[in-house]
Amino acid sequence: MTENLLEVDDLAVHFPITRGVVLNKTVGHVYAVDGVSLTIRRGETYGLVGESGCGKSTLGRAILRLTDLTRGAVRFDGQDVAGLKGEELRRARRRFQMVFQDPMSSLDPRQSVESLLIEGMKAHGLSKGPEADHARLRELVDAVGLPAGALRRYPHEFSGGQRQRIGIARALCVEPDLIVADEPVSALDVSVQAQVLNLLSRLQRELGLTYLVIAHDLAVVRHVSDRVGVMYLGGIVEEAPATDLYADPQHPYTRALLSAVPVPDPELEDRRERILLTGDLPSPAAPPAGCRFHTRCPWRQPERCDTERPELRQLDGAVEGHRVACHYAEAIREGRLARHTVEPQSFEVDGPSSAPPEHAASVNEILGM
Amino acid sequence: MTTPLLEVEDLGVAFTRKGEPDSVAVDGVSFDVQPGEVVGLVGESGCGKSVTSLAIMRLLPERGVRVSGSARMEGTDLLTLSDSAMREKRGRDLSMVFQDPLSSLNPVIEIGLQVTEVLKRHRGMKSDAARREAAELLERVGIPDPRRRLDSYPHQMSGGMRQRVMIAIALACRPRLLIADEPTTALDVTIQAQILELLKELVADSGTALVMITHDLGVVAGLCDRVNVLYGGRIVERAERHRLFAKPRHPYTYGLLGSIPRLDAPPGEDLNAIRGSVNDNLPWASACAFAPRCPRALEKCTEITPAPELVGGRFLRCHNPVPAEA
Ligand SMILES: Nc1ncnc2c1ncn2[C@@H]1O[C@H](COP(=O)(O)OP(=O)(O)OP(=O)(O)O)[C@@H](O)[C@H]1O
Ligand SMILES: Nc1ncnc2c1ncn2[C@@H]1O[C@H](COP(=O)(O)OP(=O)(O)OP(=O)(O)O)[C@@H](O)[C@H]1O
Ligand code: SF4
Ligand SMILES: [Mg+2]
Ligand SMILES: [Mg+2]
Repeated sequence: MTENLLEVDDLAVHFPITRGVVLNKTVGHVYAVDGVSLTIRRGETYGLVGESGCGKSTLGRAILRLTDLTRGAVRFDGQDVAGLKGEELRRARRRFQMVFQDPMSSLDPRQSVESLLIEGMKAHGLSKGPEADHARLRELVDAVGLPAGALRRYPHEFSGGQRQRIGIARALCVEPDLIVADEPVSALDVSVQAQVLNLLSRLQRELGLTYLVIAHDLAVVRHVSDRVGVMYLGGIVEEAPATDLYADPQHPYTRALLSAVPVPDPELEDRRERILLTGDLPSPAAPPAGCRFHTRCPWRQPERCDTERPELRQLDGAVEGHRVACHYAEAIREGRLARHTVEPQSFEVDGPSSAPPEHAASVNEILGM
Repeated sequence: MTTPLLEVEDLGVAFTRKGEPDSVAVDGVSFDVQPGEVVGLVGESGCGKSVTSLAIMRLLPERGVRVSGSARMEGTDLLTLSDSAMREKRGRDLSMVFQDPLSSLNPVIEIGLQVTEVLKRHRGMKSDAARREAAELLERVGIPDPRRRLDSYPHQMSGGMRQRVMIAIALACRPRLLIADEPTTALDVTIQAQILELLKELVADSGTALVMITHDLGVVAGLCDRVNVLYGGRIVERAERHRLFAKPRHPYTYGLLGSIPRLDAPPGEDLNAIRGSVNDNLPWASACAFAPRCPRALEKCTEITPAPELVGGRFLRCHNPVPAEA
């Protein structure tokens, strides 16, 4: 058994942008994920945070092979899954499952909870006859905090938080090792969000699960994760143990992000220093050269920032495993570089390429059938 | 205290449908807003925040809705004003910013025209002057290259830039009251920080009062002078923001604060979640709606509506509030 359950190496997903109905000419690419490497250890929670469109979901989907990779390797428990096809891929898929943001859109409204869960078990040959299955299902709904009666009911009869519990039960029913949770609580009210976050931690403790949690809410990600990766325009710009990210943010983008998250504490809000970014996020179809953050970076320097893409590296004196991709991270950390103002840039958003991405929704796609 | 700019009293909104019992969305809501003050309305999805603001703005549908109570702005009850008088006031004396600027901006008209239209109508400006003023307004809300942007269509701008346009339109006539309904909820957090900063500046510079509607207690903590917490269509607690956050006394407010993962808290510990969901609510008419979810509930909580009380400058509606000393 390897210590790392998941190893992602230089992964890229570029979506072609096509124009014209007949010829379907490729006129460019959306560099949704562009050179991401990360490892997730057995039993740990890796949190991926970043703003809309930075490629979080695409990365998660590529890891689960719900999207084709343009480049790179994904090793799951030592096995290369990037090259798997057909039956092999279907079998491997049992071991990694996904939980989606919008529980309703990923649940078939005409299927009772019971039939939904049984379907997953059957698809992967885990069914052990009606009686054993039923006992297992009762155990499962109980584990996610739903009454046994829930099995006979339909998705629309549940509240948002309960539906998310069903989504989690569905992922669990095939006994996976890794769960990729894409914005698992962002559609929920805060009070219910807390229930689901607690549930995820409890299940991890009890079942020894490994999580990749994707969310745009840094406070949520930091709360549930052992390690956090911060994404910006298709790449990870900083990776750190969860506590250290807050104590010692090293990338200018992480600093801005941290300072922008509102904290429910008026005293703190009044004395906090904000690092306000100016202008729009550049389009992932035309990412800036060099450091992708240089167009909005308050520490940008005339050399290297706009020409050379910085790689993740460990700084002297930083906590083990804390890595940052910024040419001037030392100078910024030691306070030798001052912030400057940045002229805001706004971008023309153009029609089709700015349309929202389609999301995987059907049970069949998730189960690989 | 000076005379309030806005005084909402016993506001009720019920949706009616033939053959079905009325559904009460807002019930006995009273609050006021002082000139230049920033007042928060917070609560979870469906608690009546938007309906409250739409009722004040008179933007609820005409049919199938019953509105009661009053909303007096500088002495005039907005709820009984004639339609034409209300149209005059809207955009000039009070205006509103919504969560989704794309659905409130006209998609087929350049934004320049949408801004100048307001200026012509409410400030009687001529075309040239209105266009110059429009560019200045866009500049003031931080839109780069404002002259060129006047000719853009809404869909050609990012979400953050569109929200700036909405704010420019809302503030074009220097209203005394601005109602913002989740103005940053659809935006990324770094863009949200820009927009909140902008709102703070504009409100401080122009003396416009702001009613901020949000589900995010973090946003409220940094922005509002006073905060109203809504639950199931009623205000359950109201206090000055420092006091509210330092010492939440309604069990719902208390629970809400415990539910939020905080950036500055040690990670890994379980959150103090509130059990159940709003589906469990009891009717306010004969109980505390929150009782089934409340860890402090007493027997009478499921039998008697808690009466509103004023305790030490704080408004509370609870039979068994969190003790002030605990
Ligand atoms: N199937 C697709 N075809 C073309 N472009 C896509 C596709 N899926 C995603 N994209 C684009 O790739 C980029 C990254 O999208 P992705 O959904 O991964 O972002 P995200 O970080 O999950 O954002 P969000 O926080 O909004 O969910 C976006 O610009 C998106 O429009
Ligand atoms: N046009 C309508 N017809 C019937 N019921 C409505 C209508 N608009 C709102 N409601 C109901 O009124 C209640 C209050 O809704 P409101 O939109 O004010 O909630 P909210 O606090 O703004 O929630 P959110 O945070 O989701 O925006 C809800 O139960 C809602 O379903
Ligand atoms: S490399 Fe340059 S532009 Fe990028 S974050 Fe560091 S200082 Fe800013
Ligand atoms: Mg996503
Ligand atoms: Mg609303």
